[in-house]
Amino acid sequence: MDPARDVAVVAFAQTDHRRRTDELSEVELLMPVLHEVLDRTGLRTGDIGFTCSGSSDYLAGRAFSFTMALDGVGAWPPIAESHVETDGAWALYEAWVKLLTGEADTALVYSYGKSSPGDLRSVLTRQLDPYYVAPLWPDSVALAALQARALIDAGDTDEPELARIAARSRESARANPHAQLPGARDPGEYVVGPLRTGDCPPVGDGAAAVVLAAGDTARRLCARPAWIRGIDHRVEPHGLGVRDLTDSPSTRLAAERAGAFERPVDTAELHAPFSSQEVVLRKALKLGEAVRVNPSGGALAANPMMAAGLIRIGEAAARIHRGESDRALAHATSGPCLQQNLVAVLEGEPS
Amino acid sequence: MPEILSAPLVVEFPFTRSLGPVQSAFLTGLRERTVLGVRTTDGRTLVPPVEYDPVTADELRDLVQVDPTGTVTTWAWNPSPRRGQPLDRPFAWVLVRLDGADTALLHALDAPDPEAVRTGMRVRVRWAAERTGAITDIACFEPYEGGPGERTGAPHGGVFTDPVTSILAPARLDYTYGPGRAQTRYLEALAERRTVGERCPSCRKVYVPPRGACPTCGVATDERVEVGPAGTVTTFCIVNIKAKNLDIEVPYVYAHIALDGADLALHGRIGGIPYDQVRMGLRVEPVWSEDGRHPDHYRPTGEPDADYDTYKELI
Ligand SMILES: [Zn+2]
Repeated sequence: MDPARDVAVVAFAQTDHRRRTDELSEVELLMPVLHEVLDRTGLRTGDIGFTCSGSSDYLAGRAFSFTMALDGVGAWPPIAESHVETDGAWALYEAWVKLLTGEADTALVYSYGKSSPGDLRSVLTRQLDPYYVAPLWPDSVALAALQARALIDAGDTDEPELARIAARSRESARANPHAQLPGARDPGEYVVGPLRTGDCPPVGDGAAAVVLAAGDTARRLCARPAWIRGIDHRVEPHGLGVRDLTDSPSTRLAAERAGAFERPVDTAELHAPFSSQEVVLRKALKLGEAVRVNPSGGALAANPMMAAGLIRIGEAAARIHRGESDRALAHATSGPCLQQNLVAVLEGEPS
Repeated sequence: MPEILSAPLVVEFPFTRSLGPVQSAFLTGLRERTVLGVRTTDGRTLVPPVEYDPVTADELRDLVQVDPTGTVTTWAWNPSPRRGQPLDRPFAWVLVRLDGADTALLHALDAPDPEAVRTGMRVRVRWAAERTGAITDIACFEPYEGGPGERTGAPHGGVFTDPVTSILAPARLDYTYGPGRAQTRYLEALAERRTVGERCPSCRKVYVPPRGACPTCGVATDERVEVGPAGTVTTFCIVNIKAKNLDIEVPYVYAHIALDGADLALHGRIGGIPYDQVRMGLRVEPVWSEDGRHPDHYRPTGEPDADYDTYKELI
């Protein structure tokens, strides 16, 4: 399908991701990022046609926590606004659709998560099937470790390769001033075997924001817009024992529908919180060695919940803005073992 | 800048979840030491069973018994069990494909060390001593030497005389709540029996309690402004139902109160006046509780009522 209008990412901003931000409420964490992303375009809050955010009450431990963050947007006079209770990449999808309808020419998308107040591994058990799985409290690392073991048994990877993925990601993050874990480090002890500390993402707090714009508005706001050529997202059964954990058919299908396989990409920002998940995604997306994977360091270097997926789109777009990429793939995930996956394809015009 | 406040926050919720016909049969079966799967229209058997086929979306109701023995399809070694997990000593998480099933069930495997676990190993269900109709009726899996097909008990079609129809799913999450910079300043001032708002640098409005941002301008508020102590009732309601754990006689009045100097009304209870004499424009002042951390309620100051025009913007 050819979209009715061209929509682009025209600006991206993110916080420095940190293990704790005790001195900041959610809105205090978020607001500098909102100002930064608007400053980059010269837009004011009142100029934005649609606002969409992603976050989760379970991180905050409070109901309707996103309403507090709205104070940072300037929601008076009333704005057109929506919220998704998941990663901000899905908020971006909603905003993209809104722009395609022609009801708005610009959109502000933001997401944030403070994982530090709670125990993230336990908090994430609440997204599992409440009848058969959640009562056993299998934490997020345990479920990723089941997937990692399946990959090793299938001959798709081994522990040394997982360590190399983690080291490469964190070395790349040295060039990313926002990363929480820049620089390779020791693989560490087993957290849940076969995954070691080094295979797992850091737990931290952070926020991100993106501005989307359509057509000539995008050209006016950005010297080299990152045009969204396609986005799609797909979900797999919630039963882990129903799925082939070594594969990600939902990622492959989303990529196909987003047009990822029509021409090669030069860059891929993959939301792979665990080293083993990069193995699954590379296979599903048929990424060759020529593709630069996670030049930002990826989620192994900074994984602010609900923002890390949006950051993948933002990082891919920022490389296009800077002329470092011509065609980039961005991927976001949610749920255990890559249950839900979103793929976006971004392109810059020839410079 | 005072030290940022924090406090423990426990979120506990005992969800009662109703079961559909398939989940009810499966969990009742566990209570009776029987494992049931559901047959799909193309002949696969799903364990644990679901009501709709994840591939075709067909409605599934054909329950079949499978064996309490099976094969590990993948596993992960958990050296440090966490609260709520099935075993309190190191164990393996496993996906087990039970004999007779085509899909795998997540649970724990009781094994002494990771060397004792491998994909493809044979395991069997260890039943919990007390069973209520829940996934935890399977205490865990344990290593098993036998082959498939050694079913215990008679075949079962999934019909029970006393089925479980709901489960109670208790959950507890522990947080350390931090209110952030703006609310910390507000709470610190309250401890000194002062009410402090924050002024927006752009529109000059004073927000009480401050949340760190002006919702109109979307910018940080950080100029502290002492407001009150007296204020004006802008609107109110009469509460007739007694709240649990709250020692206040009903009926009582809960009001929006615009403290002098504030551009946003806060909430408070009105006391010291019969409930049916509270009115818009009533001038009130805080009455501090014994521990002094916050006003217990507001009472009339005795001043003449405020003119409507002075507070109409704050209703
Ligand atoms: Zn303002």
